[in-house]
Amino acid sequence: MSTLKSSAEDLTLNADGSGNDIIFQSNGSNVATLDQAGLLTATTFAGSAASLTAIPAANITGTLPAIDGSSLTGIAGRRNMIINGDMRVSQRGTSWAAIANATYTLDHWELYNNGIGAYTVTQDSTGPTGFANSFKIDCTTADASPTGSDYLLLYQRFEGQDLQLLKKGTASAESVTLSFWVKSNKTGNGQVNLQDMDNTRMIGNTYTISSADTWEQKTITFAGDTTGAFNDDNGESLKIEWWFDSGSSYASGSTPTSWEAAASTDRNAGGTLALADSTSNYINITGVQLEVGTAATDFEYRSYGEELALCQRYFETSFDGGVSVNNSSAAGTIVAGGTNSGAITGYVGLACVQYVVSKRAVPTITVYDADSPRNTGKCSRHKLGTARGDNQAVVTGDSGTRSFSAYSSGTHTATGLIFHFAADAEL
Amino acid sequence: MIITNAKYFKSVIFDTVVGIEATIDGVEMSVPLDTNNRHYFEILKQVDEGTITIAEAD
Repeated sequence: MSTLKSSAEDLTLNADGSGNDIIFQSNGSNVATLDQAGLLTATTFAGSAASLTAIPAANITGTLPAIDGSSLTGIAGRRNMIINGDMRVSQRGTSWAAIANATYTLDHWELYNNGIGAYTVTQDSTGPTGFANSFKIDCTTADASPTGSDYLLLYQRFEGQDLQLLKKGTASAESVTLSFWVKSNKTGNGQVNLQDMDNTRMIGNTYTISSADTWEQKTITFAGDTTGAFNDDNGESLKIEWWFDSGSSYASGSTPTSWEAAASTDRNAGGTLALADSTSNYINITGVQLEVGTAATDFEYRSYGEELALCQRYFETSFDGGVSVNNSSAAGTIVAGGTNSGAITGYVGLACVQYVVSKRAVPTITVYDADSPRNTGKCSRHKLGTARGDNQAVVTGDSGTRSFSAYSSGTHTATGLIFHFAADAEL
Repeated sequence: MIITNAKYFKSVIFDTVVGIEATIDGVEMSVPLDTNNRHYFEILKQVDEGTITIAEAD
């Protein structure tokens, strides 16, 4: 055996000259190469790898060995706390012109417009790669000089019982990270806040739209709050809000980058978008994800059926194709009774409707008759083989989170009733 | 919310008041007596403010 050895001093192997590597051979074959860049390439490697750290994820390729999942962190199912974050579900319709203040539009998303121009909201069929829909707000009447209390913002609200994983109000309070895609003709800063509705606290931060008319993904991490626990119930404990414009009453403070006692003046203090200042303005948002931790992960896609069911905890309807008095479709109509004999005026019933998904709370029920346009708070009465009567009195009652009943006390001679419904249990 | 024509109504089965019929933003709705319901919450708020009153059930 021959040994290359130095004692009490460094040993230098020098493949001098550009492009020359240090090559190790065994039995006449190359088994390892150390190149000029310091890259060691060997035919095999053995060792515990205990001292290998900070390996770039891109360099981990090929088939991974079996891994004990208990040692993995930051990976969990159902990461996204946002419902309908990809704006796919829109049971109420797909477009709302001159939208009123505090209006639910796409499922579980609520727009507030208090005296600051007029807008059309649509479920837009555009989005960044991987997203077929987005929430679009299009300014149709401008207000370049909003008064102090004017505002334009978008909400999503959360039940307290779905927030217990955040450990709010404890020393172990979790951070959350928001990620979303946004596109607008406007550039500048938008502000997003978390509002703790149980303890009247808030935290917020801004994001920057850098390029007009370009989809950009934004990420904001909010620190955990060691003060004020969320109620463990079905009430509203948290809302997340995107501010697009406001008067000075909401902008004269400072952006609350740490948790603080809620202050109206801070809610849009960092916002510069001024979406109301021109009818050329619009903004699209989609791919919204809110997850525990300090890192944004890829958007968690859920099936349409899953997403719809999550939305139906808050809103459900018998209409196909959007809730509207102008929706003349009979598809999904609730029909009760209607035999061809024994027709009467007065009490006719009883229709019992069981919801597809149990509701968050006992919902508000709107009943629509079969007229065109439909009358709300009315039903149609019918008897097999005779013309139905529209715009007839209807009473709903015995309403719970799983079902309601309805009867008609109208004047049209009939044996049964016909109606569509919408059940609203939004926060 | 613009609320008009608020009136209590009774159960279909039992002779007890179970909700409020009201026109909310131009749409006739049946609102349950549930403080977790956002429409009922708003009705109570507007009653407290003296903006609306609720008629008795038939």
